[in-house]
Amino acid sequence: MILNQFLVLAAVLFCIGVYGVLARRNGVLVLMSVELMLNAVNINLVAFSAYLHAAAGQVFALFVITIAAAEVGVGLAIVLLIYRNLHSPDLDRVEQLKG
Amino acid sequence: MVAQNVVFWILAVAMVLAAIGVVRSQNVVHAALYLVVVMAGAAAQYILLAAEFVAWVQVIIYIGAVIILFLFGIMLTRAPMGGDGDLDNDQRWPAAVVGLFLAGVLASLLIDAFGDKEVAISGAKGAETLATGKSATIADLIFRSYVVPFEIVSILLLAALVGAVVIARRD
Repeated sequence: MILNQFLVLAAVLFCIGVYGVLARRNGVLVLMSVELMLNAVNINLVAFSAYLHAAAGQVFALFVITIAAAEVGVGLAIVLLIYRNLHSPDLDRVEQLKG
Repeated sequence: MVAQNVVFWILAVAMVLAAIGVVRSQNVVHAALYLVVVMAGAAAQYILLAAEFVAWVQVIIYIGAVIILFLFGIMLTRAPMGGDGDLDNDQRWPAAVVGLFLAGVLASLLIDAFGDKEVAISGAKGAETLATGKSATIADLIFRSYVVPFEIVSILLLAALVGAVVIARRD
């Protein structure tokens, strides 16, 4: 297997995630797109770990997975708070600081 | 050699289509279920790269826990499930341009930098790849070289847990 096929797949998934973060309005869906991007990074880390025979890459991937889980917990709590205050999960309505 | 490549391309196509489903679906629950396909595909890719422990952690944490959290979030925010087309904002085209531009730049850079370097899967080098992914190797590394980050991550998880409760609490 060529290393690049994994790296390019990860790059494509990352860019789909970027599109999701920019184009979605619903807070939960934005968080899902962030998860897509984190997953793409994990594929990169594991691919390099297999290519370089260095298991440290897999340890980094494990740390990323753990921190992604923490991020989803806090992120969903924030979205829930936005929903409770504005009665809508739309992030476009969070514009209190807008000039 | 060939069998792994066939599996890779089937998985890659499924993952990209499901990822597009995540960002394009007009039904929030369908988006979460498409995300399951992407996560499972990533776990299969890890197995293809001989990273067995990461693959099963991916299945347990992402498919088991994170997706359930997302479904709870969808239920608690009463997201529209009927598909009334209100999930995207009006910067769809600029976002698509940014995504395609980034994909082009990244892909050309990667192809320029790594060319056709191979991940060894057969012979002596292949055996080394397999040994890298063993759970014992990972455990050795986590509890020897990376034990301080490991403990810091556990504190971080505790802080995130308490923080999430404090933020979402009704008082």
